[in-house]
Amino acid sequence: QQQHEDLSAKKLRLTKPSKSAALHVDLCKATSPADALQYLLQFARKPVEAESVEGVVRILLEHYYKENDASVRLKIASLLGLLSKTAGFSPDCIVDDAINTLQNEKSHQVLAQLLDTLLVIGTKLTENPSVRMRLVEVACKHLTDSSHGVRNKCLQLIGCLGPVEKGVAKEVESQAAKDVQKIIGDHFNDQDPRVRTAAIKAMLQLHERGLKLQQAIYSQVKLCINFIVPIPSSNEEIRLVDDAFGKICHMVSDGSWVVRVQAAKLLGSMQQVSSHFLEQTLDKKLMSDLRRKRTAHERAKELYSSGEFSSGRKWGDDAPKEEIDTGAVNLIESGACGAFVHGLEDEMYEVRIAAVEALCMLAQSSPSFAEKCLDFLVDMFNDEIEEVRLQSIHTMRKISNNITLREDQLDTVLAVLEDSSRDIREALHELLCCTNVSTKEGIHLALVELLKNLTKYPTDRESIWKCLKFLGSRHPTLVLPLVPELLSTHPFFDTPEPDMDDPAYIAVLVLIFNAAKSCPTMPALFSDHTFRHYAYLRDSLSHLVPPLRLPGRKLVSSPVSPSITPHEDPSQQFLHQSLERVYNLQHLDPQGIQELLEFTIRDLQRLGELQSELAGMADFTATYLQCQLLLIKALQEKLWNVAAPLYLKQNALASAAAKQILEETYKMEFMYSGVESRQVVIIHHMRLQAKALQLIVTARTTRGVEPLFGMCEKFLQEVDSFQRCFISELPHMQGSFVDKLLDLMPRLVTSKPSEVVKILQTTLRQSTFLHLPLPEQLHRATANIIEPTGESDNPLRFTSGLVVALDVDATLEHVQDPQGTVKVQVLYPDGQAQLIHPKPADFRNPGPGRHRLITRVYLSHTAWTEPCQIEVRLLLAYNSNRSKASAKIPKSTWNESLETLPQPENVIEGTIPFSKPVKVYIMPKPARR
Amino acid sequence: MPEIKVTPLGAGQDVGRSCILVSIAGKNVMLDCGMHMGYNDDRRFPDFSYITQNGRLTDFLDCVIISHFHLDHCGALPYFSEMVGYDGPIYMTHPTKAICPILLEDYRKITVDKKGEINFFTSQMIKDCMKKVVAVHLHQTVQVDEELEIKAYYAGHVLGAAMFQIKVGCESVVYTGDYNMTPDRHLGAAWIDKCYPDLLISESTYATTIRDSKRCRERDFLKKVHETVERGGKVLIPVFALGRAQELCILLETFWERMNLKAPIYFSTGLTEKANHYYKLFITWTNQKIRKTFVQRNMFEFKHIKAFDRAFADNVVFATPGMLHAGQSLQIFRKWAGNEKNMVIMPGYCVQGTVGHKILSGQRKLEMEGRQILEVKMQVEYMSFSAHADAKGIMQLIRQAEPRNVLLVHGEAKKMEFLKQKIEQEFHVNCYMPANGETTTIFTNPSIPVDISLGLLKRETAIGLLPDAKKPKLMHGTLIMKDNSFRLVSPEQALKELGFAEHQLRFTCRVHIQDPRKEHETVLRVYNHLKGVLKDYSVQHLPDGSITVESILIQATAHSEDQGTKVLLVSWTYQDEELGSYLTSLLKKGLPPSTA
Repeated sequence: QQQHEDLSAKKLRLTKPSKSAALHVDLCKATSPADALQYLLQFARKPVEAESVEGVVRILLEHYYKENDASVRLKIASLLGLLSKTAGFSPDCIVDDAINTLQNEKSHQVLAQLLDTLLVIGTKLTENPSVRMRLVEVACKHLTDSSHGVRNKCLQLIGCLGPVEKGVAKEVESQAAKDVQKIIGDHFNDQDPRVRTAAIKAMLQLHERGLKLQQAIYSQVKLCINFIVPIPSSNEEIRLVDDAFGKICHMVSDGSWVVRVQAAKLLGSMQQVSSHFLEQTLDKKLMSDLRRKRTAHERAKELYSSGEFSSGRKWGDDAPKEEIDTGAVNLIESGACGAFVHGLEDEMYEVRIAAVEALCMLAQSSPSFAEKCLDFLVDMFNDEIEEVRLQSIHTMRKISNNITLREDQLDTVLAVLEDSSRDIREALHELLCCTNVSTKEGIHLALVELLKNLTKYPTDRESIWKCLKFLGSRHPTLVLPLVPELLSTHPFFDTPEPDMDDPAYIAVLVLIFNAAKSCPTMPALFSDHTFRHYAYLRDSLSHLVPPLRLPGRKLVSSPVSPSITPHEDPSQQFLHQSLERVYNLQHLDPQGIQELLEFTIRDLQRLGELQSELAGMADFTATYLQCQLLLIKALQEKLWNVAAPLYLKQNALASAAAKQILEETYKMEFMYSGVESRQVVIIHHMRLQAKALQLIVTARTTRGVEPLFGMCEKFLQEVDSFQRCFISELPHMQGSFVDKLLDLMPRLVTSKPSEVVKILQTTLRQSTFLHLPLPEQLHRATANIIEPTGESDNPLRFTSGLVVALDVDATLEHVQDPQGTVKVQVLYPDGQAQLIHPKPADFRNPGPGRHRLITRVYLSHTAWTEPCQIEVRLLLAYNSNRSKASAKIPKSTWNESLETLPQPENVIEGTIPFSKPVKVYIMPKPARR
Repeated sequence: MPEIKVTPLGAGQDVGRSCILVSIAGKNVMLDCGMHMGYNDDRRFPDFSYITQNGRLTDFLDCVIISHFHLDHCGALPYFSEMVGYDGPIYMTHPTKAICPILLEDYRKITVDKKGEINFFTSQMIKDCMKKVVAVHLHQTVQVDEELEIKAYYAGHVLGAAMFQIKVGCESVVYTGDYNMTPDRHLGAAWIDKCYPDLLISESTYATTIRDSKRCRERDFLKKVHETVERGGKVLIPVFALGRAQELCILLETFWERMNLKAPIYFSTGLTEKANHYYKLFITWTNQKIRKTFVQRNMFEFKHIKAFDRAFADNVVFATPGMLHAGQSLQIFRKWAGNEKNMVIMPGYCVQGTVGHKILSGQRKLEMEGRQILEVKMQVEYMSFSAHADAKGIMQLIRQAEPRNVLLVHGEAKKMEFLKQKIEQEFHVNCYMPANGETTTIFTNPSIPVDISLGLLKRETAIGLLPDAKKPKLMHGTLIMKDNSFRLVSPEQALKELGFAEHQLRFTCRVHIQDPRKEHETVLRVYNHLKGVLKDYSVQHLPDGSITVESILIQATAHSEDQGTKVLLVSWTYQDEELGSYLTSLLKKGLPPSTA
């Protein structure tokens, strides 16, 4: 009764949002369960405001009690869970009701769902111990249910909410805490494997929340480990971690490969394992301890010759040796040692990859282990599956600061340079960038192999140069003795000057110059032409060749010591100064403003070319200034005051300007990563101005008022939405176009289109130029199509009407979410354009901010008489709604749970070309009859 | 006690001539039927007279199982089936069935045509023999007869190699044949499920070896070959036509391709083409990589490896057979042995008595046929590429299958001894290693399945706590053994079926209690006491002054002589024995001091 009164009171209050009321009506109308379900589904698609959640919950519960159909009740139960997740809603008021519903429920599925709901509620109310205790009690009660689903949920709930802190709470509670462990422990032997899994997961959850597992339970967990995918139960005692590690090592040789993958992954996640345990995972035969210490090199040769077993390398050494008493030294059972050796040579590459990853993680935390696993990783470079090779190369790179490669290892590593896969080679180049090499022979070997690679695959040029740059700067002392040989200088004779355009020669020079940077004695070994070449390369490949302090020469640029902070960096300063200058010019004559803008834009563009790290910033501001410049030009007073016959030229100019500004603003908004909302406002403001300009131009050219009405309305709507979206930013925009416009808004709404246009024109002209604040980091999205190269003279012939596959390989930089935005466009000579959406799997992510698109484009056309070129380019698709949506509304969990909704975000509003087009010669032949 | 008897006719503490007799639950199975490489006389075949002195073997054997096509596992098959006489079924996998006759024919040719032996099996015999073969798929359960069933598992080793599980009722034996637990370039690793066999018969070729990572081996192999070729030397790799040959070919082929080497690799002709054909055919038996990529390119279509040509035989040559005991490999070896630039790489095991074994043991002077002495100057390298499980692999398989007993065959006695120790130490199971002709008897403890009526099962599980899958549970019922079948039914049903009337059996017991009070007071005290103790049972106080606990009746009377002593009469039926005896013991302890 109490509840009923409560309910009616709530309903009155909730008339305004009316969502719950509508739902109520709907549900009352529903005649069949199917209808009701439909209504509920519809309802679920819409978000609910926090304040009305409670009302909705009440209504749902009311229906819940009335409903006979289990599926509807199930849906209601799930809705309850979703609703209690709503941000800002505190679900404590519905706990009782939810628990009540449990009492009378018969359907197992609904029960399970209700428990799930309780779990959600419980996780929201973690601070409230009494509620949690109640929920746990409820769950314990339902543990005896005959359905595995219900038992699963109960265990999950107990795991998440079961009390952890003993002693802190009252006596009763600590009693319960013990019970919780026992309860979960009891279900380790449940007859349903799913429940067993859930029990172990619950225990794990408890453990993660800080509960100390008891010894007895640990042994139970161990038993269960044999039956399901193992769960690490690392314990308070470090020895137990080791023991668990040993157990999981065993699992690496399990019969099922799924288990093997899991086991290998788990090995990687166990960080506190003591080092001698770790080392045993790399040695199969470590049945006895390593009694004598050997040098690293020796170990490479006879890593396995210890212990009582023979290695199978020599004939006849497998006669049984004397048995060593292994009881004392055998840390892991013999079955478990060498777990990684097994994992790395497993049949399934999934297991091998997992093992490599695990090695990586363990090696990152333990340098000594890193040193030991090196041999194995290097061996993996010759795996038969490319993915595994790639993964091991990446792994090696990640641990490379812990290790130094020996020569024989380097040899194996370098052999992979001949791999035909570009991915592998590039990964290897990256690896070499950060590798430590121990000897000068090693460096020489690396250089020779890289040059071999260069001749074999000329497209790797950039990557190899970059690699040599780092190799040189890392090992200046090792390069020094090689210099005469590398430059082929002779103490007495002059040697011929090498060809400056030879990529191999450039590669050698890059290595030497980078080494010379920290080795002042080196330039003495250079011959004359080397200095000339230095000057040339310093200018043409400035990103690869560092400034050198050469004898008898002034430094090309002042040395940039790393201690200088970005703000003191002269180029940075220059950027800011030039911007300051522009922003201060409010009262210059129009001519002066234009000139200054033009100069600044030119300066910025040049700066962007010179300083690659500032390129994004410089381009961004240059574009902005360019827009401003266009706007100023278009608004020049004298042009607008000319006589009617001259309108035509003027209009063309203005509308072109407006169009270009629009384009540029889209570029600014979507092509740069790191744009913050402050910049977005300015960009949108600029776009608004462009639209105003467009309106003015149209007003002057069109006869009649009818079309103008619509346009004005539309424009005013845009202003309105701008105001709504960026209301918080408006105070920063004093004196700007929009600021003035909003002041005049009441007048605009009521006045005629012609009036509006006039007002707009004056406001546009009077408004001040907005200061564009620069974000910390700004990068322009760039794309570079590597393949097709566009150099082929042989047309790609195919039969018309059929398709031909064209492999496209491109590198993308600073593109956010390339899977959603990057498209491939093919332009045929007849103007036909084709837009291709590459598959998400076609994008690789070799490094932060970089992506690689390797996809296949299918072309087709009717027959041509002669071969012709088509253009392939990459486009960046954008959608202004999306950026707004993601910027303004944080993605609510409510929306996330409804994947069935059509995603409005996928709609493409427009595209920006962001790569140079590449021409491909194709020839569709007529089909033979 | 039921028992399994195992008698190796070959491969008992020996390698070669695999032939093991197993009798399990009255069924006789012969596992493998191989020849011995080391002998050229009668010893090369197993002694089938052990089975029966005269007459055909069909009556004594239920089936023959061949694990794979290597001659030491199938070489004696035509002799056995055609010359000794056996008409029963012979089981082998599909690739084995395809390749086996080729090898047998090759073997026959060498023995008869080259060595000129007579009284050997003929081509026709091989054909007839193969007609008796039944091919099986992996994991397919084949019913040999109503009771005997066999099932094949993947064994790695060579194409088509399988491990067989032989099962009669719930007794089972797993025979591994030869197997490999580490995958190689063309085959996967052996795998078996946790089938808890009573006996696992495992090979133990590498009982004392734990091989290091195969990657090191591969790298070393490639390096040695490459270096020798660059030095201008020649490399001889004696291999058997099938198996290792293919793995090494793939290895060299990919290496050649990667390093862009031009030196040709030759492969002795004849079997190679046919063999490669089968490898292309049975792609499902190969490893993950080959299975996944064969659509683009079948790995067995070699680019750098050419058919052997006597005139140009140079550089790298694969030649058969693998132990240098005859044929082409021996010829080439004799030709090249004198040059120290050359190298011979033995990639696998060599049986005692073969040239391969001799040179690996360090002999530099060999006595060839016709009293010639051959001096070996070339380098001899051994590299364990043979696809047998090493000690670790054997242990791993034992861990996977969890047998109750292990029996080792196909290995040298000394090494077996060592491994046997290790197995007993680590798994605590019995391990046997019989010599040829020696019979091992293993006692089994088979579980006997009994049908139980659903009603009874439900009723019995309802009593007591939640059912626990892991623990044995006590049940009450009647076991009926009739027509070779066992059934567990409720006593009522059993009575009904057998047409017997039920006899009631009641126990009665008197308990003396010192209680000076009146009878009904005593009864009340007893009632209260029991009610307090037996909370889960229905305890009732009947109006006639007696107490019932479930179906147990308790009555109290005053002792005829001593009024201070009350006699409690407790009576219960046989079915309630448990509760009844508990109650009497409870009452014998006496009542608690009165609280009333």
